[in-house]
Amino acid sequence: MDYFLTEDQKMIKELSRQIADEKIMPARAELDEKEEFPWEIIKVLASSDLMGLCYPEEYGGLGGGTFENCLAVEEISRACIGVSVCFAGTGLGAYPILLFGSEDQKKRYLPDIASGRKLAAFGLTEANAGSDASGIQTSAVLDGDEYVINGTKQWITGGGEAEIYTVIVMTDKSRGSRGASALIVEKGTPGFTFGIKEKKMGIRASATTELVFSNCRVPRDNLIGKAGIGFIVSMRVLDRTRPGIGAQAIGLSQGALDTAVSYARERKQFGKPIISFQAVQHMLADMAIQTEAARALVYSACRFIDSGAKNISKVSAMSKVFSSDVAMKVTVDAVQVLGGYGYMRDYPVEKMMRDAKILQIYEGTNQIQRNVIGQELIKEYAGKKDNR
Amino acid sequence: MNVIVCVKQVPETTGVKINKDTNTLIREGTKGIINPFDMYAVEEGLRIKEKLGGEVIALSMGPPQADEALREVVSYGVDGAVLLSDRAFAGADTLATSRTLAKGVEKVGEFGLIICGKQAIDGDTAQVGPGIAERLDIPYVAFVRKIREISNHTLVVERMMDDGYDVLEVTLPALITVVKEINEPRMPSLRGKMKAKSVDIPVWGISELGISEEEVGLKGSATQVIKIFTPQRHGNREMLEGSVERQVDQLVSRLDGMKII
Ligand SMILES: Cc1cc2nc3c(=O)[nH]c(=O)nc-3n(C[C@H](O)[C@H](O)[C@H](O)COP(=O)(O)OP(=O)(O)OC[C@H]3O[C@@H](n4cnc5c(N)ncnc54)[C@H](O)[C@@H]3O)c2cc1C
Repeated sequence: MDYFLTEDQKMIKELSRQIADEKIMPARAELDEKEEFPWEIIKVLASSDLMGLCYPEEYGGLGGGTFENCLAVEEISRACIGVSVCFAGTGLGAYPILLFGSEDQKKRYLPDIASGRKLAAFGLTEANAGSDASGIQTSAVLDGDEYVINGTKQWITGGGEAEIYTVIVMTDKSRGSRGASALIVEKGTPGFTFGIKEKKMGIRASATTELVFSNCRVPRDNLIGKAGIGFIVSMRVLDRTRPGIGAQAIGLSQGALDTAVSYARERKQFGKPIISFQAVQHMLADMAIQTEAARALVYSACRFIDSGAKNISKVSAMSKVFSSDVAMKVTVDAVQVLGGYGYMRDYPVEKMMRDAKILQIYEGTNQIQRNVIGQELIKEYAGKKDNR
Repeated sequence: MNVIVCVKQVPETTGVKINKDTNTLIREGTKGIINPFDMYAVEEGLRIKEKLGGEVIALSMGPPQADEALREVVSYGVDGAVLLSDRAFAGADTLATSRTLAKGVEKVGEFGLIICGKQAIDGDTAQVGPGIAERLDIPYVAFVRKIREISNHTLVVERMMDDGYDVLEVTLPALITVVKEINEPRMPSLRGKMKAKSVDIPVWGISELGISEEEVGLKGSATQVIKIFTPQRHGNREMLEGSVERQVDQLVSRLDGMKII
């Protein structure tokens, strides 16, 4: 398929693919096995300029948008989404600053993030606040010119490895969801530590930890935007980053399809390569159809977002839901095509299948995304006179 | 300190076919790649630049399409590149090639070090690097596996030998050829790739180099290829079987029998 990418976009894909093939593929099984943060690879991605794709040039970035970033995420994900979440997670942490930060904050933090010298992370989820983010308990109380933060964030991607954290905290509990704010907290700030590192089913190269705040003081200047807009910041940021999950999904699906097709061409049973059996061909055909459809949707969503469109929630949610469901199905089928070998760790598809599941859960579960899409439909159709 | 790296575009070995009649490589249609050893030269050049400043300039002699190889090295961070290309250069042996490249080096200007890959994977002679140094009358060290120290005036290197390595100190300007043990080449960068697309790569022929047709290409070559052929396999081989002890015993008695040990 030709998606009429620009020369620069093709170059981004080509470079990301080269890094995926030469640096990530050979390392992925071990990173998964050892649950090791892929610092070596992050350094390569950084020196190749890929960490700076979506930041304006004035902050040391390359001036691209969601699409450019997603093209890199897709190619990295073809090799390993445990690595691509480390890459994309820093963007998630940086976006609150990029979209809502002051000029001063942008100048202070974005160049280090764009160059890959420092990673960022985003902390919203807590033990009792997952899909219902409004239930967060972590608080920040203003004391003179400082916020004093107390509470624990859970399952934060990049925890412990990142230097810059944007966390959503309650600055005014009495105002409910209008009482949340976004704060920047740097690693090393007294009172800020990392709790348990989770042992996960998949994406095991990535770190997922608690962020523990106990009387952690940060300057008032670390407030992103103004007090009370914490949830707006989160929603706007996630609307923009969700196609990134879609990009992880299509890369992963492509990786699974590639492995399945090449295996099916080689593996012989009943005297023939198994790809000659229609049942196998159809499975591969369905995997290819779904992967391509998901790619078309993710690319369209990215282009829509980069066009400056305002109402992006629905399309962004669609691109995440559809492609993550596809990735789950495609990776399960890839294991099926490889049979017993697919179940073994000698082949990459068992890891891909384990990895795929997270895509339906994080950055808002697929149920929650469907809720969003449903709500948007209700709004849209309420405004139309005759829908028949 | 400026570093000049010499790179050659070679056919990708996996796709190479041989013309049965002439026994030469069929180059048409095969993809060109950068001679893999030259990538280590490029990487080492970039590391020296990161340490000492200056520029890294890539130099290649080849047909017009070698421009691709030079653009590729620019994407890795090389500052500039020059292609030596002229119909008259065709058919050059290592003598004519090194003469031409040496002329190119002189025209590029001031440099502290020239780095070449240890050999090109198509010709496999390992002569061009040392040949350039001879023409320029500068010291050279072949098969460098490590640069221990480098300043603007001297260089301390480890030269790979069959039974270990030598440590040599050389005054600059000099030339080294490098082996793959020396480093791990980096990945290209996006900014590098963007620059590679637009960078101006001058092409210098005999007139730009101020060299006569007699000195270059086939005419300037001392080698005349009379015949190229695929050698017949000689010698017999024998597999020793059984337990390790048994195999060792057999091997020892064979070698003993041949009066080798
Ligand atoms: C590996 C990993 C990395 C993560 N990284 C980050 C991170 O970097 N930063 C961060 O802030 N968070 C992160 N998270 C948290 C993630 O975003 C949440 O797990 C997710 O939002 C869901 O919350 P939950 O797990 O508490 O599930 P719950 O909200 O408890 O949901 C449980 C089930 O109920 C369903 N459900 C809940 N409410 C509804 C509803 N209203 N309608 C229909 N179904 C519903 C859900 O779809 C789900 O199936 C990460 C999670 C994981 C596992």
